[in-house]
Amino acid sequence: MAAKEKTVKTIKIDVDKCNGCRACEVICSAFHAAPKYSSVNPARARIRVIREPLSDIYVPVYAGEYTAAECAGRDKYTIDGKEYEECAFCRASCPSRDLFKEPDSGLPLKCDMCESDPTLPEPLCVTWCLAKALTFEVRVEAAEPAADADDVDLGVEALAHKFGWDKLLDTVNRLSKKA
Amino acid sequence: MRYAETGFNLEIDLTRGSIERVPTDPRLTELHLGGLGTNAKIMWDRVAPETEPFSPDNLLIFGSGLLAGTPAPATNRTIVSTISPQTRLFAFSMMGGFFAPELKHAGYDKIIFRGKSPEWVYLWIHDDKVELRDATHLVGLGTLESAEVIRQELGEPTAAVASIGLAGENRVFFASIEQGRSSCSRMGCGAIMGDKKLKAVAVRGTKDINLAKPLEFIKLCNDALKFIVKRNENPIPGVMPIVAGLGSPQEMAVHDEKWHTENFVWGNARTRRKDFWTDEIQASWTHTMETMRTRLLSCHNCPMKCGAAISVDTRLCSYMMKCFSKLTYTMGAFSDLDFGLRIAQKATEHGVDAFSAPQTMAFAVELYEDGILTDADMPGFPTKSEDRFYWLLDKIVRREGIGEILADGTYWAGERIGKGAPAYAHNCIRKTEQLPLKLGMLNPIYFLMYCTGEKASITQIEGNFPQQPFPTREENEAFAADWPQIPDERFRQWFVEWENRGEKSIPNYPNGEALNEIVDWQEKLHYIDDSIGICAGLSSFPLKPPFHIHNLPDLINAGAGLDLDEAALVHLTRRNRNLVRCNNLVRGLTRADEKPPDDHWKKRFPELEKKLLDEYYKYKGWNPDGVPTRDTLHELGLDYVADELERRGILKTEEARAPAPAPNVGAAP
Repeated sequence: MAAKEKTVKTIKIDVDKCNGCRACEVICSAFHAAPKYSSVNPARARIRVIREPLSDIYVPVYAGEYTAAECAGRDKYTIDGKEYEECAFCRASCPSRDLFKEPDSGLPLKCDMCESDPTLPEPLCVTWCLAKALTFEVRVEAAEPAADADDVDLGVEALAHKFGWDKLLDTVNRLSKKA
Repeated sequence: MRYAETGFNLEIDLTRGSIERVPTDPRLTELHLGGLGTNAKIMWDRVAPETEPFSPDNLLIFGSGLLAGTPAPATNRTIVSTISPQTRLFAFSMMGGFFAPELKHAGYDKIIFRGKSPEWVYLWIHDDKVELRDATHLVGLGTLESAEVIRQELGEPTAAVASIGLAGENRVFFASIEQGRSSCSRMGCGAIMGDKKLKAVAVRGTKDINLAKPLEFIKLCNDALKFIVKRNENPIPGVMPIVAGLGSPQEMAVHDEKWHTENFVWGNARTRRKDFWTDEIQASWTHTMETMRTRLLSCHNCPMKCGAAISVDTRLCSYMMKCFSKLTYTMGAFSDLDFGLRIAQKATEHGVDAFSAPQTMAFAVELYEDGILTDADMPGFPTKSEDRFYWLLDKIVRREGIGEILADGTYWAGERIGKGAPAYAHNCIRKTEQLPLKLGMLNPIYFLMYCTGEKASITQIEGNFPQQPFPTREENEAFAADWPQIPDERFRQWFVEWENRGEKSIPNYPNGEALNEIVDWQEKLHYIDDSIGICAGLSSFPLKPPFHIHNLPDLINAGAGLDLDEAALVHLTRRNRNLVRCNNLVRGLTRADEKPPDDHWKKRFPELEKKLLDEYYKYKGWNPDGVPTRDTLHELGLDYVADELERRGILKTEEARAPAPAPNVGAAP
């Protein structure tokens, strides 16, 4: 099979340059408001600055995947004399914390790199970060040729995830007899 | 729907422990915007002039600016208003940081405290949940310490916390309210908070702030950011480095302190050290700053890095600092920067104003050296200057021994000590310690600003007009060529013609209309900023800022849904400015209080000064006593204020019937 390529969009985060101003949170929440820019609310932002001012910790983190369960164990990292919780670098919308959830509904939020029409040159958190703690990078990586999981597979897996295999197989049996 | 603001205030009666969420009148926003403007209106309506600062009837208002929390850069200001124990006048002390946006997101524009709590409490606001909580375990803790304990016990690591330390608890007249990297320092608001037994206010909000015209508003924000990038790349040539850019003076980033250390005065605002700044000192102080400053910091949604995390003997952050507080303790004690940054950490935890506190300590040292205070007054007073400052700081914040008297600031301490001590409190305006600056020739612009500044802090009035002309007319022209911030073309010409020597130099130039308009322009921008909650550092304070009189009306309209043009914004600002003044006039402010310190300039001109003040009062629509005339107040819709001033005999009725002052006073051309 021919080697495949994929485009990876990255926000590079330089925590040493972060000035803790939260402009990234402000513009993210405004951009994703409906109608666009009609309101602002960092609690809805898909990027948050993990802040512990007295520990001199400022880590901008942008929202990744939703996870149903929190990690069983958590590590701590000491970097340059400062102790960071593992969660300070984690992008998950996770039950362990209130980041990356709609404050009203609790539904998970995920960074979409400010996809819009017309396309923006870079996510707005990057544009608004005049401290240059955030930079946008697009790179092309070789991709492992993934087996094409066809749509039926995906659908069945999702149903199994939701109802369990036993229930799903029972139901398939029952319905296929009717058919 | 309300835009930019929430339309609700919190009313907290600390005596009874009651909490109410009260809708506000949108008409007041149209008349006064928010922040300082509506604070002044509430104080006028609800606090009788006879009210003592430490009375339960005195209010303590935490007011967010109208645009605070919007995406506009640097809209993060909280304006704290009360009756000051130091001046006994209307106080409006301001802080940046993160408090005002958080309060707005919780759903409130202001918190209005009245009464006095029987026990120590703190207020916890989390959206609709608002509660007074026991704070007895926090008594005696520092400002940052208590904030950290509160965040931990609430399990809310990102709550914004404004707190007082020992100084506020003990009602030190220059006690501050500290909040993260910012503070309300001037005029003793921390003492009022302590008097009310309110140790802290913690807030967390997760609600939306709405914008009236989103696309227009964001365009203005983007324009401002682009301007800031360009302006940062192009500092103003020919001025000292700390003020060549935007923001507050960049003393955390810039190591060159030749200008401050050689032009400002040391000790009890006395001693100028003209050859102080040597290569050796530059190297030593740069080393201190680079080892103790761990990070440059900003307030909420602002790209300027005016603040810094200062780390005392640790890799972590001990406290946060900005601007001239870097040098006030160093210069007060004739010491070095290492001492200044170390004692400022203690002072920040105790919560004292970094202008008044070191000045008061230097005042005590001088009284001791001149034998007015003795070992009997100060048993155990150390001999080394640095030790003396630590000793005095501790006495003052605890109000122990001589600290009981010094805690009232230099003016009141001088009065209480007697024996010639009042003459040592020589650097006050309206009983408030000023920047330690002593100069040669009277500058008419600064003369008027010092006289009439309601807050008695020059940095709250000065701003967009350069402090002095450049050495040559060509340089003046170069500066003035690209200057869209000026209200109109006349200002360009007035600046170009200004010279360092000759006919058009201080004290005789600027004069007349030019002088009054320049002073009024600078003051006006501050009053706009203080009502909308935008930091002066991107608007009224630095040279050539992104926000100015020509784009602020659009920003306010697009954000808050108002319909103001320049003339209407100027008119509204005059209303706020006059209301602030009248709040002070009913509390006893008179023309006699409106003067710079006697020794501020060596060369003084009593007759010229009288003429300048007379003309400026007239330009402002005030009578020769400095009281707004009835016509002025009527024009501003403040007839109810005129009635009260007349009833109290402050505004004489015969003067009220005198012809109106020149029309178009302060109006945009």
